[in-house]
Amino acid sequence: MNRRETLKSLFLAPLAGTVIASNGCGTIASNNASRITWARLPTEYSYGRTDAEKLTDQRLFAETYFREHELVTIAVLCDIILPNNHPNGGALDAGLPDFVEFMVKDREQYKLPVRGGIAWLDSYSIENFGPDFINISESQRLSICNEIAYPDNQAPELQAGISFFSLMRNLTLTGYYTTELGFRDLDYMGNTPNVWDGVPEAVLRRHGKSYDADWLSKCIDQSTRDIVAEWDDDMNLVT
Amino acid sequence: MAEQIYDAIIVGSGAGGGMATHQLANAGLKVALIEAGDFYDPADEEQRTQLRYPWESPRRGASTRLRPFGDYNSCIGGWELDGEPYTQKGDTEFMWWRGRMLGGRTNHWGRISLRFGPLDFKRKDIDGLGDNWPIGYQDISPYYDKVDKLIGIFGSNEGLYNDPDGYFLPAPKPRLHELYYIDGARKANIPVIPARKSILTKRINNDRGICFYCGQCSRACGIHADFSSSTVLIYPSLNGGQVDLLTNSMVREVITDEEGMATGVRYVNKRNQREYELKGRTVILAASACSTARILLNSKSGQHENGLGNNSDNVGRYLHDSTGASRAAFLPDLMDRDIYNEDGVGGMHVYSPWWLEEANLDFTRGYHLEIGGGMGMPSYGFGFAVNQYNQYLGDRVGGYGNQLRDDIRKFYGARLSIACRGESIPQYTNRCELDPTVVDEWGIPVLRFDYKWTQHEINQARHMQDTMEELLEASGGIVLGNKPGADQNYGLTQPGEIIHEVGTTRMGTDPRTSVTNEFGQLHDVKNVFVADAGTFVSQADKNPTWTILALAWRTSDYIVDQMKQRNL
Repeated sequence: MNRRETLKSLFLAPLAGTVIASNGCGTIASNNASRITWARLPTEYSYGRTDAEKLTDQRLFAETYFREHELVTIAVLCDIILPNNHPNGGALDAGLPDFVEFMVKDREQYKLPVRGGIAWLDSYSIENFGPDFINISESQRLSICNEIAYPDNQAPELQAGISFFSLMRNLTLTGYYTTELGFRDLDYMGNTPNVWDGVPEAVLRRHGKSYDADWLSKCIDQSTRDIVAEWDDDMNLVT
Repeated sequence: MAEQIYDAIIVGSGAGGGMATHQLANAGLKVALIEAGDFYDPADEEQRTQLRYPWESPRRGASTRLRPFGDYNSCIGGWELDGEPYTQKGDTEFMWWRGRMLGGRTNHWGRISLRFGPLDFKRKDIDGLGDNWPIGYQDISPYYDKVDKLIGIFGSNEGLYNDPDGYFLPAPKPRLHELYYIDGARKANIPVIPARKSILTKRINNDRGICFYCGQCSRACGIHADFSSSTVLIYPSLNGGQVDLLTNSMVREVITDEEGMATGVRYVNKRNQREYELKGRTVILAASACSTARILLNSKSGQHENGLGNNSDNVGRYLHDSTGASRAAFLPDLMDRDIYNEDGVGGMHVYSPWWLEEANLDFTRGYHLEIGGGMGMPSYGFGFAVNQYNQYLGDRVGGYGNQLRDDIRKFYGARLSIACRGESIPQYTNRCELDPTVVDEWGIPVLRFDYKWTQHEINQARHMQDTMEELLEASGGIVLGNKPGADQNYGLTQPGEIIHEVGTTRMGTDPRTSVTNEFGQLHDVKNVFVADAGTFVSQADKNPTWTILALAWRTSDYIVDQMKQRNL
C-alpha cells in the first residue's frame, strides 16, 4: 500500500456559511477552519475473488453512506484513539476513515450504531460545550472521550456513548493492525515460507518449558524433510 | 458419433468423489465427474488467497456470507447459498453446509484426519444404542493404510486401541501455548498426543510440495502440501484422458430404465440453465450426505415411487452431525511474549483423544479436544476488546491513545482455546426429507430438516464444559466468559454447525433397515453407489474425512471387481 501517494482532506471546521451546529448561537465563522487529512486506501483489490464477489465489492465501493460531517467525525475519533505522533504512524496514516467507511457499508449491523453514535456524540457536545464534536476544542473533545472511553463508567446517560466509543476503538485498532504500519508496530514475523523447528531455546528457558525426549522422537527432523518417506510393514518410517 | 456411455458417472468432487475418480480412472474406466461448483485451483493467481496480507482485502479477512470463515478462506459455499434454500420442520435449526467448488469442502477443512477405531464400528454392542456397522475395523484398516501412504498424514503411533496407529509422517513440534496445554493435560491426567493431519511435513512423492509452515491450510495450498480432493486426487486423474470433468452442473436426479436400473443422471448446466442427460453403466453419488439423499429422493419413477433406493424409507434418516462446544482462557504467563514466527501448520499441533471409554457417565459416546492459540496473523477482529484482560490484572479496561499499542503487545498470543468434537447417537427420527412445496432456482425440490439433539448429546456437552474448564485452569489459564448452563444446552453447537453430517444412506446387511450394503451399493439398485459419508452407520468422535476416503477406495475396488465379474 502506498499510503502517502494520495491523501484525502476534509474540513474539520466549517466553511463560511455552512451551519454545522444549531446551538442557538448562529453560524460559526470560517476563520478557525482547518483540514483533517488521511492516507487514502485503494478502491480496487485483487485477492482471489469469484465474479459474484467482485460485483459485491464494486457495489460497496460505489455506495455512499456517510455524509461528509460523519466522515470527518470518524476521522477525528480514529485520530484520538490511535494518534499519528508515533514512529509507526497512527490511524490517519493507516487510512482508517476509508476502512471504517467500507466496513460499515459491508456490515449492515454497523450502520445504525455508527450513524447514531455520531449523532449522540454531537448532541452531547452541543449540550455541554455549544458546538458539535468536531468544532469544540481539543481539550473539550478529550474530556468527552475520558467519560466514554471506559466501560466501567456506570453513568446511565453515557452508556450509548460508551458503546459507540468501544465500537470505534475496535474498528480503529483492527483497521490499523491489519496494515503494514500495524504489522511493523507489532513486529509480526509470520505469513512467509519457513521451516518451523520448535520454540526458540531462549523462549523455552524464559517460560520454564522444554521438549521431552519422547515427544521429540515423534517430531520431524527437518534435515530429512526432503527425503521421500518410506515405511516398513509395521508402520515405522524408515527414511 | 455414438452417444458416450460412461463406465461411471461420479456426482460430487469432494473426498469421496475424488477418491472414486482417482481409483476408477486408474483402473481404466471411462469416468464423468460432475461438480455443482466451478473449477478451483489454489495455485491460480486469480483464485489464490494463500500468503496474502490482510490489507490486500478491503475487509481484511472478515467473514462474508459466501465465506463464513473469512474472506481469505478458500471456501466457496456456506450455510446459506443464493437460490438454494432449505427448510426446517418445527423448531429444528439444522445448518446445512454446501461446498460449491472443485474439491468441495476438502479445500478448506481442518485436515484433521482420524481413523475410526475398532469400537467405533460396533457401538451398539457396547451401549445398546443405534446400530453396528456391517463391517469392522479389520475390513477398513487396509484401506486406511493405503490412504495414509497415497495422501500423506502426520501423526504418531501411540498404540491406543481405539485411535489406531497408521503410516504417519513425523509431527511438527508443539508451539509455546501447546506446551502449556501439554503440561496442563498431564496435570489433569488427560492424554495429549501429536495431532494427526493430512499435511506433508515430509516429501511423499515428487509431485507435491512439502509444508512451508504458513498456517493457512484453510486457504488451500498452492504447492499441494496438504490434502484436498482436487489437488491430490482429481488433477492427476484429469491427465490420463479417462476423466471428463463437468463443472457448474447441478444433478437433479438419477434416471432409470423400465427394469429400474440406473442409466445415467439428469443435470442442470448452471451456465445456461438448461437440462442435460448423461449416460453411464454405474452412478456413484458423492454429493455429501444430504445432497446425495436429496438426489435419491428426487429420483422418482414407476419402479421407485418413494425415490431411488428408498424401499426401506431410510433415505435421509439417521442424519447426524458431530457435537461441539468450545471455551477459551487468558494465559497470564504468555503476556509480553517474545515475537517470532510460530505460524506452524494450519491449526493445532497437539490434541487429546477420548480417554474415558471405561468410565460410567450419563452419556455413552466420547469426544476429543482440539487446541488453539498462538501469535496468528492479525486479520479483521484483531484488537477488538483490546485490553479486556486488564480486568484480571486490576487495571482499567478501555481508554485511547498510544498506550493501546502497549496493550496490544502485552496480550498478543496470550490466549489458549479448546474445541470439543463429539459423537452423537443416530436417530431414526432425525432426518432430511423433500419439502413438498419449496424448490430451488432450478425447480428442484429442496430438503426440509427435522433434527433434535437427545439428552445424551446435552449431557456430553455439560461434561465437555467441565473438562475444558479443568484443562484451561490446569494450563495456567483464566477461563473467559460464563459457563453455559442447561438453558443453553451447555454450549452445544447447532446440528450441522460442525459440518460432519453423516448417516442419510446408511449401510447394513438388512435391506429393510439400511439403504446400501457394506460397499455403498444400493440394496434396491445394484448399479448405483454412495461414496460419501451418507453410508456411515455412526460417526464416532473422529472427523469423517479419512473414513470417507477409505470407504470410497473400498467401494471403487468393489465396482472394478464386479465389472470384471460382469455383475455390473
